[in-house]
Amino acid sequence: MMTMNEFRGLFHNGLIKQNTGLVQLLGLCPLLAISNNVINALSLGLATTMVMAASSGAVSGVRNFVPNEIRIPVFVLIIAVLVTVIDLSMNAFVHPLYLVLGIFIPLITTNCIVLARADAFAAKNHPLHSVVDAIAMGLGLTLVLIVLGAIRELAGKGTLLSGIDLVFGEAAKGWVLHVLPNYHGFLLAILPPGAFLGLGLLIAANNWNKARVAKRARAAVPVAA
Amino acid sequence: MTSPIQAALRNALRTGVILFVFALIGTAMLAFTHNRTEPTITRGQLAEKRALLSQVLPAALYDNDLLASQQSVPPDDLLGTRQASALWLARRDGTFSGVVLEAVAPDGYSGDIALLIGIDANGTVTGVRVTAHHETPGLGDYIDRAKSAWIDQFTGKSLTAPEPKHWKVAKDGGAFDARAGATITPRAVVKAVKSALDYFARHRAAFVVPPPAQETEPVKEKSA
Repeated sequence: MMTMNEFRGLFHNGLIKQNTGLVQLLGLCPLLAISNNVINALSLGLATTMVMAASSGAVSGVRNFVPNEIRIPVFVLIIAVLVTVIDLSMNAFVHPLYLVLGIFIPLITTNCIVLARADAFAAKNHPLHSVVDAIAMGLGLTLVLIVLGAIRELAGKGTLLSGIDLVFGEAAKGWVLHVLPNYHGFLLAILPPGAFLGLGLLIAANNWNKARVAKRARAAVPVAA
Repeated sequence: MTSPIQAALRNALRTGVILFVFALIGTAMLAFTHNRTEPTITRGQLAEKRALLSQVLPAALYDNDLLASQQSVPPDDLLGTRQASALWLARRDGTFSGVVLEAVAPDGYSGDIALLIGIDANGTVTGVRVTAHHETPGLGDYIDRAKSAWIDQFTGKSLTAPEPKHWKVAKDGGAFDARAGATITPRAVVKAVKSALDYFARHRAAFVVPPPAQETEPVKEKSA
């Protein structure tokens, strides 16, 4: 089984060290497209995490039967089948959830992070570790999506959680936070350029922080400020 | 003893068989899931369509199976369509009581705006919904009922109220509100709804004709 340390290591890797959105820069297409508000971002993040956990578990389970030469086509096949099965099953059996996440499920096929994790991790590790790794990577992506979504929504519309009624029903309309009242909006943040600018700023902040930590580690005494 | 060629062939064959087995399992899983989910999904889609139609045409107006009354209409300039579109004929006690038209506003700010327009037998709009659009988020997208109630102002309007010359946005001297900063979008919608009413006026006679025998089958006849 898995020790606590391994577990923590996988999560540290997924959330921070190898964060897909900020460090590996994988799966940027859906990340940029769907991060125009917090609710969309959260929905895509969770849907991706779910698909990744399922595909990594499946790939890891069959890893000993797949010859190296054909591993990529087999993994693509497994992921495509899983995404389609999840898509159809959600549509049929949890329709309200499908109405919210449905449009994001096909988008996940454009996300190379799913295949990247299958090939780089699940193909070499135990299913349990692979599933935990996939969940950690998925949550890391979700985190970046939410932060980027919040920045864009706040700058673009002055609100947070707009569209929450699409997830939790009409009653949730009042949960939308109007952070900046009478805000006239900054359209650029919601349009595609806002995604590039926002992600660029986030990556810069992450790199700056990393450099700062490294510098502090090199200096014997902690540097003030 | 096997030669290197034989070994390579054997290896290729083995790899091919493995790939084939995976493809077979994958196909079987997909076929099974499709088989299991298809009836539920189709039912869900029909229910959604029915719900959408009832948003533009009040259920009290008709007693026939609206979905079964679907007809195909060739492309028409007044509907703004470049491909065949659908219309649904509503009947109450066997007489024509309204129609739901699919129309397109081709001159939106960014491309086509797809509309669903309900019109009753007197030529009065009973409801309009935008079913697809690419208008700017936060600016022109208020035509979407999910974003604002703007589209509701068409309900109750006809070619006589307001008069045709007032079928414009307020900024152009017409009777319809539009938000400052985004007039191209509502202009396109107003124009499309008016053309749809023109289309209705031109084709009303064809709608009123009772349906041919094979089409009456799904209609429950209440008063014979």
